[in-house]
Amino acid sequence: MDFGFSEEQELLRSTARKFFENECASELVRTMMATPEGTTPEFWAKLAEQGWLGLIFPEAYGGVGLGFVDVVVLMEEMGRASMPGPYFSTVLLGGLAILEAGSEAQKKEWLPKIAAGEAKVALAWTEPSARWDAQGVTLAASASTGGFTLTGTKLFILDAHLADAVVVAARTAQGPSPEEGVSLFLVPRATKGLEVKLLPTMDQTRKLCEVTLTGVSVPAAALLGEKGKGWAPLARVVERATVALCAEMCGGAQRVLDMTTEYAKIRVAFGKPIGAYQGVKHRAADMLVEVENAKSITYYAGWAVDESAPDAALAVSMAKAYVSDAYRRVSAGGIQLHGGIGFTWEHDLHLYFKRAKSSEFTFGDATYHRERVAQLINL
Amino acid sequence: MDLKLTPEQQSFRDEVRVWLGANMPRDWTARVMASADVPRPEAYLLLRDWQRKLHQAGFIGLTWPKEYGGRGLTFMEEVILHEEMALAKAPPVLNILGVGMAGPTIIAYGTEEQKRRYPPKILSGDDIWCQGYSEPNAGSDLASLQTRAVKDGEHFVINGQKVWTSLAHVADWMMLLARTDPDAPRHKGITYFLLDMRAPGVTVKPLRQLTGDAEFNEVFFDNVRVPESQVLGGVNNGWGVGMTTLMYERFALGFGLQVRLRIGLDGLIEMARRLEKHGASITKSPVMRQKIAQLWIDTECLKYTGARAITRLLKGDLPGPEASTGKMGWVDTHQRLQELAMEMQGPYSQLMKGTEWAVEGGLWQYTFLRSRANSIEGGTTEIQKNIIGERVLGLPKG
Repeated sequence: MDFGFSEEQELLRSTARKFFENECASELVRTMMATPEGTTPEFWAKLAEQGWLGLIFPEAYGGVGLGFVDVVVLMEEMGRASMPGPYFSTVLLGGLAILEAGSEAQKKEWLPKIAAGEAKVALAWTEPSARWDAQGVTLAASASTGGFTLTGTKLFILDAHLADAVVVAARTAQGPSPEEGVSLFLVPRATKGLEVKLLPTMDQTRKLCEVTLTGVSVPAAALLGEKGKGWAPLARVVERATVALCAEMCGGAQRVLDMTTEYAKIRVAFGKPIGAYQGVKHRAADMLVEVENAKSITYYAGWAVDESAPDAALAVSMAKAYVSDAYRRVSAGGIQLHGGIGFTWEHDLHLYFKRAKSSEFTFGDATYHRERVAQLINL
Repeated sequence: MDLKLTPEQQSFRDEVRVWLGANMPRDWTARVMASADVPRPEAYLLLRDWQRKLHQAGFIGLTWPKEYGGRGLTFMEEVILHEEMALAKAPPVLNILGVGMAGPTIIAYGTEEQKRRYPPKILSGDDIWCQGYSEPNAGSDLASLQTRAVKDGEHFVINGQKVWTSLAHVADWMMLLARTDPDAPRHKGITYFLLDMRAPGVTVKPLRQLTGDAEFNEVFFDNVRVPESQVLGGVNNGWGVGMTTLMYERFALGFGLQVRLRIGLDGLIEMARRLEKHGASITKSPVMRQKIAQLWIDTECLKYTGARAITRLLKGDLPGPEASTGKMGWVDTHQRLQELAMEMQGPYSQLMKGTEWAVEGGLWQYTFLRSRANSIEGGTTEIQKNIIGERVLGLPKG
């Protein structure tokens, strides 16, 4: 048993940390998050240069062909930097959906472009019902001459306003179970009838959209994978993206703990550094325990999805449940221990506090995943 | 990262599994179904036999060097053994303080003669060990201990008192910290002794705890003469030696604790399946499902945080921050588990052993009460947080 990272993975971590410290410092994060794009063409090109936009795509599709334990390492560092922009949506949602469900032609067309930084793809899955199960997919796709007509509304869609194409989860049939009859479509952003509205979000580093499809006509070739069998690949995409999200959350939580510890060493009150007081010290210790456990369960989930371990789904739900609570509490603790300065716009803590909140409610919060754990352990 | 076992580890697992299948004491599960983390008096003889059997089969002291009776294996085999014991709901190792603390400390600091003399009987369970650290006025602030040891020829004469001493009533030997130089700075004048519990002048007085059991003791020393040959690691060097013991405690007991937690959790889930509350099965209640799932998650987190610590150990790296969190995490999870057991039983949680109305023979009542000590023994949660704050995070001392 080896529950540690390889030398290559440690190298990826140190390279990424240096890269984000230089290229994605807080000033740039703030500049980028204030724009609708959340990134700049120059920064995006640098991510492509590093090979990170194709990290998980096989070399045949212009990628680097690494696994999810590697993704975990990189995402931790992105979370540490609170990096804004459509990386998560393009690589781990849209891109992964094409890799998972797409035909050879679709993969050849899109994945190399994504890896090169020339295309972005969003995943339009959730709807106003905010359900994470198959029953939540109600957007209608009815058969028409030579293809399908899509009508309905998708909500909480990451970065659809930047996408060149959107993977849309739609219902082509009402099956005996909600999982049957879900189909995925790859719809070019410019298709007539597809409207994207950018929504104001609490976490400015995450851009959420409403995507409305009104009688959108697509050819049969737009199907991503088999008709009516789209739920299984979609669930696999979401399972793995959830691991990546957890890793990003761990990185953010660690950064909050680091900032808080440093501050507690230098901020003096009543003649002593505040870190000398047990009220502060003990809360910092609680934060450390949560950060370490969050990493442990996330690393396990990363390994489990890479290996397709029998308990992979359980591992992912355990991770999302634990990490959702941990990041929320750690980032709130960071603000508390900083006092007034932690509540200012100027201090970076609010970037992490808000990212904790947006991440908590992406792909199901702790309560949702605890119930899933209960089901998966046959309770 | 690879959590799969090597073929050698796999075959060790099979060896353990087969052996446990054939040798588990049959009535154990019925007698102590809940997570009794410390042996109760009635289980003492059974546990002594159990350790003997484990030892004969070569399963005690896996990581100890071969020349001192161990098998020279890695912590990985230790982990596998503990996991298999948990799966089989096997009884714990009685002489855990000897195997986990005294033995490794003697092997690290002892003279060759000491290393030949003590460790083999620790493994076989012939010598049960207890730990004489805490005193009435020296608990969390251990360095303020006052038990005196005065040199007299080739002996030291011990006077003073220890308290909260688990297993002292059955122990043959004690790891004793006593003050040999009262004028030196607090940490500098302490010596680590190996004390024969049968020496004249040693009095053990059981201390009845809130469970009603007397598992802890007070130990009094009245002019107890200890030969020089029973000093471990040099006179006035006891603080460093004692801290080593505590480090081993963290690792050795850590695995055991996590395993007992898993046994307790499995028991809790079995109970949830059997019990009804307000006319419906407990497992149907969304609130209870949330609480059980959280315990499951926390238990798994402890396991994988432990696995990270073991990995560093196996690679020869220094322990990272993850190594220091285990005790606290375990305490918190175990106390919540025991609280939940009471919540599930509702009004029945009030009934103790001795009535057929008591759920599962009243065993959970004992483990619930016992769990209150978890956040005090082996370093209080407050001290653990100080240690994490100061040694891991580098925050200033208060």
